[in-house]
Amino acid sequence: MSEAITILSTTTFDEVIGGSDNPVLVDFWAEWCGPCKMIAPILEEIAVEQGEKIKIAKLNVDEAADIARRFEVMSIPTLIVFDNGVPTKRIVGAKGKAALIEDLEEYL
Amino acid sequence: MPENRQVIIIGSGPAGLTAAIYSARANLSPLVIEGEPSSTSDQPGGQLMLTTDVENYPGFPEGIMGPELMQNFRSQAERFGADFLTQKVTRVDFSSNPFQMWVGETTYTADAVIVSTGARSVMLNLPNEFELVGHGLSTCATCDGFFFRDQEIGVVGGGDSAMEEATFLSRFASKVTVIHRRDELRASKIMQDRAFSNPKIDFLWNHEVTSYKGESKLEGITVKDVNSGQEKDLALSGLFIAIGHKPNTDIFQGQLDLLENGYISTQSDSSLTNISGVFACGDVQDFTYRQAITAAGSGCMAAIDAERWLEDQSG
Repeated sequence: MSEAITILSTTTFDEVIGGSDNPVLVDFWAEWCGPCKMIAPILEEIAVEQGEKIKIAKLNVDEAADIARRFEVMSIPTLIVFDNGVPTKRIVGAKGKAALIEDLEEYL
Repeated sequence: MPENRQVIIIGSGPAGLTAAIYSARANLSPLVIEGEPSSTSDQPGGQLMLTTDVENYPGFPEGIMGPELMQNFRSQAERFGADFLTQKVTRVDFSSNPFQMWVGETTYTADAVIVSTGARSVMLNLPNEFELVGHGLSTCATCDGFFFRDQEIGVVGGGDSAMEEATFLSRFASKVTVIHRRDELRASKIMQDRAFSNPKIDFLWNHEVTSYKGESKLEGITVKDVNSGQEKDLALSGLFIAIGHKPNTDIFQGQLDLLENGYISTQSDSSLTNISGVFACGDVQDFTYRQAITAAGSGCMAAIDAERWLEDQSG
């Protein structure tokens, strides 16, 4: 795991999301989710390349089911971008890097 | 333009990655164009990326997670020098050698091509479907049936594969309800008779599934009577979708001989397609067995066929 990615938990979630000057992309994932594993290296690349514009974070939904429920995550991987603590963008399902960058264009 | 390769492998499920291991060990330095992450089952790693426990793959007595198994396949191929491109082939031209393949605007060429793009289960496309796959919702009775011992489950579909799954699942489940949107089956007579005579199998005719219940695991479904429009809920812990498979052969139309059902036609007991130098393996050419182990076996065949073919060309 790259240090460029912030690992979130139930206890740190609100603090990190609310306390960031940059938008935060949260990857809702789980160990048993194959497509989550597929996009993990892509998110690491984006974290390294775009880290000054957007913070990339991960939340394990098995360990933080309450937060997944709070944001009505019904399918993983789900990526939610929080801007000033408010969810502004939701991407559901795995996709390639080019498509993901395109989806995130407004933040980059 | 990238340099010409001896072997390009399109697709990276058990078939493609086994072909990669064998051709890498034969010093053919294959390039695997493995596909792009997606949630639709033509992703890198193939259909096993959408499963959880794989318990019927030999060599793993305690079972292994599907994605982990595929990561192992990939690491093994990498160890012997296979290169990977995490992109999706968008177009091919097999009319002359070296064969040409495109990823968007970029051209790749190879002396031999191994096609292993697999197949996808046709799904119902209902909300929450993806999350529930592997958690009560399944497209593979052989893989997941074991987990539903003494439980009430459903099978959606009316063809041979639905009857086969229902019959197989009745060995584990306490009750199997076949949900079919017509009032008769498409399945062959022998499969129908087998299902009708099975005391554990019930039929819910003229109904279709309209929604899934349960968040992290399936707890039930809502079905609708297609004639009256009336909806009702069924409590089920498992639902098997058997409305068919679709081979990922769109880019090969007009390039390779396909069977009527869309699968690539290979010569018997080999991976040879109608084009000399193009080989096919795994589910893209197999609508009979469709197992990880048979896909891997046919990937090995394709690599050996390609290796021998390349030797014949140079000799």
